[in-house]
Amino acid sequence: MKKFWKTGEPYVLVTGSALAIVLVMTLSLIGVVVFNGFSYYWPKELVRFELKDGSAALGQIMQREKNPANGDQRLQLKVGNRDLLGQDFRWIDDKEIATRTRPADAMLLERREHGNFFGFLKGVTAEGLDVPVAATPDQKLAVAMKLVAGKNKGTLKIKEQMSDLNGRAERIRLKLLNLEYRGKEKNSAAIAELTAEREKAMDEFNALNEQLAAAQSDITRITGQFVDVSGVSKDIALIDIIAYQHPNSMSFFAKCGAYLERVRELLLDDPRESNTEGGLFPAIFGTVMMVLLMSVFSLPFGVVAAIYLREYARDGLLTRMVRIAVNNLAGVPSIVYGVFGLGFFVYGVGGSIDSMFFPERLPTPTFGTGGILWSSLTLALLTVPVVIVATEESLASVPKGIREGSLALGATKFQTLTKILLPMATPGIMTGLILSMARAAGEVAPLMIVGVVKLAPTLPFDTTFPFFHMDRKFMHLGFHIYDVGFQSPNVEAAKPMVYVTTMLLLAIVVVASSTAIYLRNRMRRKYTTSTF
Amino acid sequence: MAQTQEQNDKSPILSVADLNLHYGDAHALKGINLDMIRHQVTAFIGPSGCGKSTLLRCFNRMNDLVESAKITGSIRFNGSEVNESSTDVISLRRRIGMVFQQSNPFPKSIYENIVYGLRISGVNDKATLDEAVERSLKSAAIWNEVKDRLNDSALGLSGGQAQRICIARAIAVNPEIILMDEPCSALDPISTLKIEELIDELKDKYTIVIVTHNMQQAARVSDVTAFFYLGELIEAGATRKIFTNPEKKQTEDYITGRFG
Repeated sequence: MKKFWKTGEPYVLVTGSALAIVLVMTLSLIGVVVFNGFSYYWPKELVRFELKDGSAALGQIMQREKNPANGDQRLQLKVGNRDLLGQDFRWIDDKEIATRTRPADAMLLERREHGNFFGFLKGVTAEGLDVPVAATPDQKLAVAMKLVAGKNKGTLKIKEQMSDLNGRAERIRLKLLNLEYRGKEKNSAAIAELTAEREKAMDEFNALNEQLAAAQSDITRITGQFVDVSGVSKDIALIDIIAYQHPNSMSFFAKCGAYLERVRELLLDDPRESNTEGGLFPAIFGTVMMVLLMSVFSLPFGVVAAIYLREYARDGLLTRMVRIAVNNLAGVPSIVYGVFGLGFFVYGVGGSIDSMFFPERLPTPTFGTGGILWSSLTLALLTVPVVIVATEESLASVPKGIREGSLALGATKFQTLTKILLPMATPGIMTGLILSMARAAGEVAPLMIVGVVKLAPTLPFDTTFPFFHMDRKFMHLGFHIYDVGFQSPNVEAAKPMVYVTTMLLLAIVVVASSTAIYLRNRMRRKYTTSTF
Repeated sequence: MAQTQEQNDKSPILSVADLNLHYGDAHALKGINLDMIRHQVTAFIGPSGCGKSTLLRCFNRMNDLVESAKITGSIRFNGSEVNESSTDVISLRRRIGMVFQQSNPFPKSIYENIVYGLRISGVNDKATLDEAVERSLKSAAIWNEVKDRLNDSALGLSGGQAQRICIARAIAVNPEIILMDEPCSALDPISTLKIEELIDELKDKYTIVIVTHNMQQAARVSDVTAFFYLGELIEAGATRKIFTNPEKKQTEDYITGRFG
């Protein structure tokens, strides 16, 4: 026995199992997220239950578990129809169930409001619908949906014009504010002109608004008559239906199609229903843009600081203290950076910008409130130590001989730095950048106080001048997870969205890191130092 | 006319007078006086830590990189003082090239390695660069080995080839002196032989100062040998004389292998 311990084998076992435990935990975390994330959009069958008390229920089986009250098995059923039943989910004990069937004509409607509707189609009401008299309700619905989509394009166009007008009116309002601030008397002519222009824009806006209301009431007259499983009928305007399917009679490929459509919606559409449904595009966009902006700020700044620290600063007590401070800065809790960002960037810098450049808009803040610029700067501050440390290490790891070789040929220190040292240090700098990007993408706490919002009406980048709107607030996947998972009114329904969002956030980090790692490896091959 | 040329050739290109160097409290070079003659090979020999490399690095002011180094005394290069803060170190290093103990090719192509010195001095004309590459690679006797792969990374070369690339890189800027700091200590015998032959050819155009651990090498390649011990210059003179009939007992002991 003693001999066995002396061989050292047991220690190998201990180290190996420690690694194994870590691996298992990480993989199961990723596994749970990925499984739940990927399976959410797969069309689930609608099961109809006849209960022993004579009532019926239609829904998707979410999970089975032991009823803690009486020890029986029970099912969790997503019954949808929030507007009729008041809640999306219900529990059914196994022993209450008389029969279960999968009616082929059971429908799932994705609606703009009130969540999904599970039920059956009875008929379609639409004037001038171009279908044969003998057409089934399903065929009618398909044609009517197309009609509605066509008409909706018109309203969307009106909405676009209205938002343009609104933007123009807003810009005029800001100009007016500016003129009035500079002196009402001397600018009175310009003010009158702008006021007239603004009124004209507002008139156009109102006219369009009436047009829109008419078009919308026209569209909402096209309705479908549906009944739920217990026979309660419900008229739903087709414009409120985003998509519908008959999950019980879909082929495998039809299901794949529906799945891909949902993934497209997830990646490219806006969220609905307080973020628990719909897409995540603004959050994806906000996260990526914030991380890129952060890199733009932290990379050059960190590299330059590291160059000074390593190449130019005299190695003394002060330099060593600065170095220790920088290393420790990476360990400061992120919320502290958030508070600093709020006090320094938002109120300090942003407030000064407002009072210098936009005094006419006060007390409404322009830059003096949270926004993507301040968020990126705050996170840049948080990640700059990582870049500094990585750059310093990689500069230090350039062999002394290479440095001296360059200097001995008559290169200045700066030439040596730019032509030899920095290219050789780039792979190491990239490692720092990867780490800092992963950190920044995952931070939520500081962002909550410097610019992230639950729902941003506009993206921080769009087609109106000046394209990058640094003052705008933005959405972020990490905050989205917190918000949807823990702040939403309907947590149970939002649960799958949490998995999906988590998966997307992980995917973004993985994609960003892999790109950077790929670039780094290419460079590393180029600059590998020779060995004898 | 021919006479003055001859005299010029025999004049010292580098002359060291009463040179002292301290690394902090350590006195690394003690009162060195030495002249190096144009178009000759001067070898510095001596046991490890005797200051021969330190002296070599004084000539092109590489000791500037060592913060604790304090130098007093004079080094005159073509009559002008090296050890003055007003000296243009950049142009000094262009005129005094250096080859290191470990070959140190840059992580660039062979071509870019050779033209590095020219590029940093502002030469970017393609024809000039091409000409310099061919000339210096030929001078360094490596042209035939690399002429077909000038754009390959210099990191893929063998130790001996890399060292000759470093010599070619030093030659490319047309220096007057080439300092060699134990250029063969990391090389195999065949590569060493090639470098030694090369030194023999190069001395027609350049003045060479070589630090070596290998006494046979000093005997083979140098015209003048200087023996250092514990920071002092013990003896300097014609190589043949140093190796056959040294004046000092310490020199004789070292050369015959009694210590060192």
